[in-house]
Amino acid sequence: MIPFILRRLLFLILVLFGVSVLIFGILMTFSPERRAAAYVTTPQQAKDIPNLVRQYGLDDPVYVQYVRWMGEVITGNLGWSLVAARPVGEAFWRYFPITLELNLFASPLIIWLGIWLGTQSAIHRNTAFDHSARVFAIVGWSLPTFLFALVLLMVFYGYFRMFPPGILDDSLSLYIMDRPDAFVRYTGMYTIDGLLNGMPAVSLDALRHLVLPVTTQVIVVVALLMRVMRSGMIEELSKDYVVPARAKGADLKTVHLAHARKNALIPVVTVAGQLVGLSMEGSIAVEVVFNRQGMGWWLAESATQLDMPVLMAMCLFMGVVFVLTNLTIDILYAAIDPRIRLA
Amino acid sequence: METRHPRLRELGYTLHRIFTNPTAILGSVLLCVFMAVALLAPWIAPPKYAHAPYRMPHKGYSPTPKPPDDRHLFGTTSGQYDIYYGVVWGTRTAFKIGFFVVGIASIIGVALGVIAGYYGGWVDELLMRLVDIVFAIPTLVLAMAIVVAFGRCLENVMIALVLVVWRNYVRVMRAGILTLRDADFVQAARLSGVSDVKIMFRHILPNAIYPVLVIATMDIGSMVITASFMSFVGLGAPRGYADWGQMVALARNYIVGPPDDPFRFWYTIAFPGGCIILFVLAWNLIGDALRDAFDPRQRRG
Repeated sequence: MIPFILRRLLFLILVLFGVSVLIFGILMTFSPERRAAAYVTTPQQAKDIPNLVRQYGLDDPVYVQYVRWMGEVITGNLGWSLVAARPVGEAFWRYFPITLELNLFASPLIIWLGIWLGTQSAIHRNTAFDHSARVFAIVGWSLPTFLFALVLLMVFYGYFRMFPPGILDDSLSLYIMDRPDAFVRYTGMYTIDGLLNGMPAVSLDALRHLVLPVTTQVIVVVALLMRVMRSGMIEELSKDYVVPARAKGADLKTVHLAHARKNALIPVVTVAGQLVGLSMEGSIAVEVVFNRQGMGWWLAESATQLDMPVLMAMCLFMGVVFVLTNLTIDILYAAIDPRIRLA
Repeated sequence: METRHPRLRELGYTLHRIFTNPTAILGSVLLCVFMAVALLAPWIAPPKYAHAPYRMPHKGYSPTPKPPDDRHLFGTTSGQYDIYYGVVWGTRTAFKIGFFVVGIASIIGVALGVIAGYYGGWVDELLMRLVDIVFAIPTLVLAMAIVVAFGRCLENVMIALVLVVWRNYVRVMRAGILTLRDADFVQAARLSGVSDVKIMFRHILPNAIYPVLVIATMDIGSMVITASFMSFVGLGAPRGYADWGQMVALARNYIVGPPDDPFRFWYTIAFPGGCIILFVLAWNLIGDALRDAFDPRQRRG
């Protein structure tokens, strides 16, 4: 186990190196003058661009620039974010909790609903329930996240006036901003911070703003999980152990839930990585449409304002998340399936 | 006794399986409608500017959308662009995006997958580590970074998507090749002196291509989703271009009408949005049916 984890951590370094070369290559398609323009804020400075190119060594050989950039990144200097008007590293900790909060609420629902729907639809194969669950899955799979979010806003904000976009109501966020010492940002997540600061009104309001984003995220991501669960369950139910288990007197529920579902969960673990990827992509659309200032919103905003340091930092961050998720999945995989041994 | 070529017989059987599947029929009908609209676009929505048919005609610059009437079948969206015209020509844009991205990406992916799977060794190791690296970043994030670097326009969105999604096909193709590489019929071909290239393309590829076809079909839909989202946030098609995502972006400020009539501007989002959903649904239904039809466990049951 330990050598396996060590090898995977080595792989992490390889992937991060690859990702950094890749995104540095993307950045290098900019001309030196265009990259120097990032340091310019007023029109008067524009004629300084040739000097800036020389001063920052932007026309040096590519590998010299890469090593210099990598040195900065390793020491924690990821550059300046125009959108956030602060260093990328500092801005990251502002936006990250918002996205984390969204997915902390959505993920348990996705896992529970996906497994339940998949299991039931396999047990009641080819019944009305199964057909409607499959239609639901394929429609959910075909729904573009941003469109679905817009339609939800149209109905539940426009028509019913129930769930507004944003993170908090204006009056509440002003109230909090006025009292920086009374409301401490312990986690950056309003639902939790509200409780920790003894202001349940803040938590409730944050929850109200989370209903639509979480619904969107669940509907869009759950389809994949449900489909994998259903086909895994169907395969297990056709296996030889099902009949003897029944013959020995186990009731249907035990056979389905205690025997088959356990085994059907194994292939589900392999798509967990894909689910994390889907959730990250989903967060971008959800945050853009619902105007929640999280990482997805930051990324989209940075892309439209040509804020390259943010895009590069985000790619690196995604690389780390990707490798760590896959490492966790492999370990989980070995833990739940005794036939697999990590070597 | 019928003596057809076995490959033809298999094809006939597959087609039979596909066209007795209700979801596949629904998908194909939807797709045929979209195809017809795309092909007939110059006749059912004659362009106003002959040199630039993808530019949506607009009368005036008023930001407030106008409801459907005789002259504007589906109404006009923000900026007085005709929604009917945009939806019709947007169908062509969607096909362009889907076919271009998936076509080129799958050719690249299949070629690299075949090379990696058949030769193995360091070629395989190198290619697969490259794929691992590209896989580490979600499609949308990497594509956004590339579009920002290359410049924001629809062509660059398509190029960026090609540069990202080729990775999907390499893995699937390689896995297919690996299961067949040492199969008896391949060994037999090799012993009888057939060349490597011929073994690869005549004997292995036709047997391993099916999973690629399934994901390619479904990717056409998801590429249209991704491209329309990028147009929605302003990275893709410019304002006034006949693209469904861009039309949703124009409608964005009008999803909520005045308090007494919250659905007043429903048509600005319903037509382009409905088109995106139905287009993607069509490809996914067909892809789903293809997967069932090609699944060897379900064949000849």
